[in-house]
Amino acid sequence: MTDGMQDYNFAYLDEETKRMIRRALLKALAIPGYQVPFASREMPMPYGWGTGGVQVTAACLVPEDRLKVIDQGADDTTNAVSIRGFFARTAGVATTERTAEATLIQTRHRIPETPLREGQILVYQVPIPEPLRFLEPRETETRRMHALEDYGLMHVKLYEDIARHGAISTSYAYPVKVAGRYVMDPSPIPKFDNPKLESPAIQLFGAGREQRIYAVPPYTRVVSLDFEDHPFEASKPDHPCALCGATDSYLDEVITDDTGARMFVCSDTDYCAGRRAEGAA
Amino acid sequence: MYVAVKGGARAIENAHAWLAEERRGDPGVAELSVAQIRGQLTLAVDRVMAEGSLYDPDLAALAIKQARGDLIEAIFLIRAYRTTLPRLGATLPVDTGAMACDRRISATFKDLPGGQVLGPTFDYTHRLLDFKLAAEAAQPEAERAAPDLRPKPRVTEFLNQEGLIQDEAKAEDAPPDLTRAPLEFPACRALRQQALTRGDEGFVLGMAYSTQRGYGRNHAFVGELRIGTCSVEMEIPELGFAVEIGEVEVTECETVNQFAGSKTEPAQFTRGYGLVFGHGERKAISMALVDRALRWRELGEDDTGAPAQDEEFVLQHADNIQATGFLEHIKLPHYVDFQSEIELVRKLRAAAGEAPDD
Repeated sequence: MTDGMQDYNFAYLDEETKRMIRRALLKALAIPGYQVPFASREMPMPYGWGTGGVQVTAACLVPEDRLKVIDQGADDTTNAVSIRGFFARTAGVATTERTAEATLIQTRHRIPETPLREGQILVYQVPIPEPLRFLEPRETETRRMHALEDYGLMHVKLYEDIARHGAISTSYAYPVKVAGRYVMDPSPIPKFDNPKLESPAIQLFGAGREQRIYAVPPYTRVVSLDFEDHPFEASKPDHPCALCGATDSYLDEVITDDTGARMFVCSDTDYCAGRRAEGAA
Repeated sequence: MYVAVKGGARAIENAHAWLAEERRGDPGVAELSVAQIRGQLTLAVDRVMAEGSLYDPDLAALAIKQARGDLIEAIFLIRAYRTTLPRLGATLPVDTGAMACDRRISATFKDLPGGQVLGPTFDYTHRLLDFKLAAEAAQPEAERAAPDLRPKPRVTEFLNQEGLIQDEAKAEDAPPDLTRAPLEFPACRALRQQALTRGDEGFVLGMAYSTQRGYGRNHAFVGELRIGTCSVEMEIPELGFAVEIGEVEVTECETVNQFAGSKTEPAQFTRGYGLVFGHGERKAISMALVDRALRWRELGEDDTGAPAQDEEFVLQHADNIQATGFLEHIKLPHYVDFQSEIELVRKLRAAAGEAPDD
């Protein structure tokens, strides 16, 4: 490396820091959905750009890994490009845009459409790890509520949504209950992605600024909160993808001219490109 | 046919190249050197060292140059560098009582042992633009006196002799390190002070100002404000004693606060304490006021619900690197979330349209 990065350790973080993060990760996997405080470091990218996810990825990467980074489902969004470049530079690991080929995927706001398999790790970037934060701003209070499994406030919020709007008015970062115990924020993924949280892959969540790590181990039960008479619904735009014709993928709405004409295309760029390569649509 | 926008990598490269050019500015004007910034923008350098939590004027000056004068960006550069440095050990607490003072004033006593030393202050300047500076005229040298070697004991120690001011308990344990352990509540005073000293100057100033205006009022006198250099000593295990390894310039402020006594404490004055790297008296005074406001519980005062009394509020929002990162991240793409919100609003509007009027 000739760009001045040779003074840094593999995957940027020093081994002591990685060990501290791995301990937090192991604790998080042992207590699914529980937010483990960790001594988050200042990273060379700003808070809010995925510093938690980057630290978790740095602590998990080994030289044999093949890394995929997506933002909004896409590999080519600027921050995904930037984070992928960071690890290509500091860890020298192979990178890929193919979900199936990746051993570790760092994501912001989406779960890939292609089902994950055993042995893969999905790392989420988390802005606000606390699902109760907008109901109760105080950390001392929300930690107490989790400890006592006191989730009444959340159910009242969901009920009030229904009373006011006729439906639960949370469309992303939709709260889930993990392994029958902790209510967890799945990060701001659309609720369409919530069913994919039950997965054979390891799912790790890193919140850098808020100094929290949490996890969903493989094959863990993850239930989106709802009511018997208002069951959870993983909704998406009611269109097929205009490029690949997929009817089962989450779609971005793209405005195509100044009269407001629009089209719907897959948000997962790898899924869409893969289908088109196979000759769909 | 629609083609998805590609080329994030090229856009980033081009943006970086343009940024570098903007930083340099007009190539017909001489480039600013790091030595010039270090030597002539010293208060900016000091702020970057204080909030970057790294005492290195050369690196701070470099960061200011690289950040195009955006001090928060410069602080960020320093923080990101600092976090990669190994920890060799901890120094002994600096003895600010033995400080070689450039400035030392007390607002509570007209005269005191060691004297009042005004030092290089803006305090009594008239804020008139000095157009001679624009003409870059040579600066005449200031007159010099013999070095003032009188000892300058701390003002609060005089009050302490009479028992008029609350005694500070000596901490037995090593203070926690905010940068090596997650912040948890309730936070001890040492941890709160760490957060305040590296906190954003504007935020801490605003919080302190709010206490003066009645939100958690604890009327503060500046018992003493001192600026100067302190030697830094470290115990070397192989030697068995402490040796001086360098010196730092710091600003220290101790406030003397009104206190009528409470259920648990007799009437006496109490203290607020501020200490920052470099020449930063606005910050040090602000820190002392907020430190004092946050001590309500320990002193048996009432929680008036004032923001400056609320340690979760103050400590969670004082850090400008955290704040600016999270604030500015909303300019990153959010179209997935926004799409799900559009769907929801459309659905709710459709449902409302179908509902019979009543």
